[in-house]
Amino acid sequence: MTGDVKALHATSNGVEADNQWSLWEVFTQPGKGAPHEHAGSVHATDAEHALQNARDVYARRGEAVSLWVVPADAIVASAPGDAGPFFDPGNDKAYRHPQFYKVPRGVRVF
Amino acid sequence: MTTHDDNDTPIITSGAATLSVAGVRGPVFAAPLVEYLLRLGDDRLVLGHRLSEWCGHGPILEEDIALSNMALDLVGQANMFLGLAGEVEGAGRDADALAYFREGVQYRNALLVELPRGDFGFTIMRQFLFDAYSVLFLDALAGCGHAGVAALAAKSLKEDKYHLRHSSEWVVRLGDGTNESRTRAQRSLDGLWRYTGELFEYDVIDEAVATEGVVVDRAALFSRWDSMVREVLQRATLDIPKGVVMASGGRRGRHTEYLGHLLTVMQSVARAHPGATW
Repeated sequence: MTGDVKALHATSNGVEADNQWSLWEVFTQPGKGAPHEHAGSVHATDAEHALQNARDVYARRGEAVSLWVVPADAIVASAPGDAGPFFDPGNDKAYRHPQFYKVPRGVRVF
Repeated sequence: MTTHDDNDTPIITSGAATLSVAGVRGPVFAAPLVEYLLRLGDDRLVLGHRLSEWCGHGPILEEDIALSNMALDLVGQANMFLGLAGEVEGAGRDADALAYFREGVQYRNALLVELPRGDFGFTIMRQFLFDAYSVLFLDALAGCGHAGVAALAAKSLKEDKYHLRHSSEWVVRLGDGTNESRTRAQRSLDGLWRYTGELFEYDVIDEAVATEGVVVDRAALFSRWDSMVREVLQRATLDIPKGVVMASGGRRGRHTEYLGHLLTVMQSVARAHPGATW
């Protein structure tokens, strides 16, 4: 790739841009009442196109009864750097965990 | 475009040229219902094979998978219709025997489906013209008085509705897209239009199977197809060709030169290893 061509494909910060269609995240529902789960992503030009591509890539063998597609850039994600402040479970603070209650018989324990 | 231009009129490859429409049920033709089922099966087998040629060559991964899915759907439908054709014929031929051990002149598909795949625009335009026909045709057939045929039509209809949704979306996108995509879509439409008339032909086979409950009103079918196709092509900003003389012959075994090449590839493994299972 020549420098000129490369420049066309590079964003301002020098990272190689994805020159495909925009990215959509796909969520499939495996059965009625089940939650939609992230299945993967597809490239598409618009919502209908994304739905069709999602159907063809992730639901063609009867894996789903419902599909969601969401523009990838509409998803706000936590950054890896947030992992500590966000997710450190605080296991040393036993009072944060509800294990001091007796679970009544007949209640399903997960 | 690597397909065809206005000079390649269908080449008559069989000796059946002397058959008039009135004489269409000469000795080379099977029982009417068998002929009818072969038409249904062969359309789908040949188009399915053309679509399968895109496997690994699609413009993007998602579309590669979509085209292969549609190919598998159509080959599956062909398997059902040819299977029933073999049963009705009662000569011990199953779907495989009919698919792999008939010659071109014995194939009954419309010329539209055997044309080379061309570029993506051509493949999509052909698919759209066929899907619109197939959805309306199968919808009518699903309500016909022959239980076996109606059941297969209903099963295929679900798949073809999705195909139509996919291909019509693409036609609009390509037609109402860039200059390049519009030019290619229009060129494809211009080249394909004269192969659409054959889909609505009504002949002695249709007449004969009506006595067995298989009745589809082709005139009504055409008017529904015409308005459906026009609506989508209008949204795609494409011009419908005018004054086109329609090509014909596939239903009587008179095919373009392309079918022979397709069958050579499609049948090669089955003929090299007859009866092989895997």
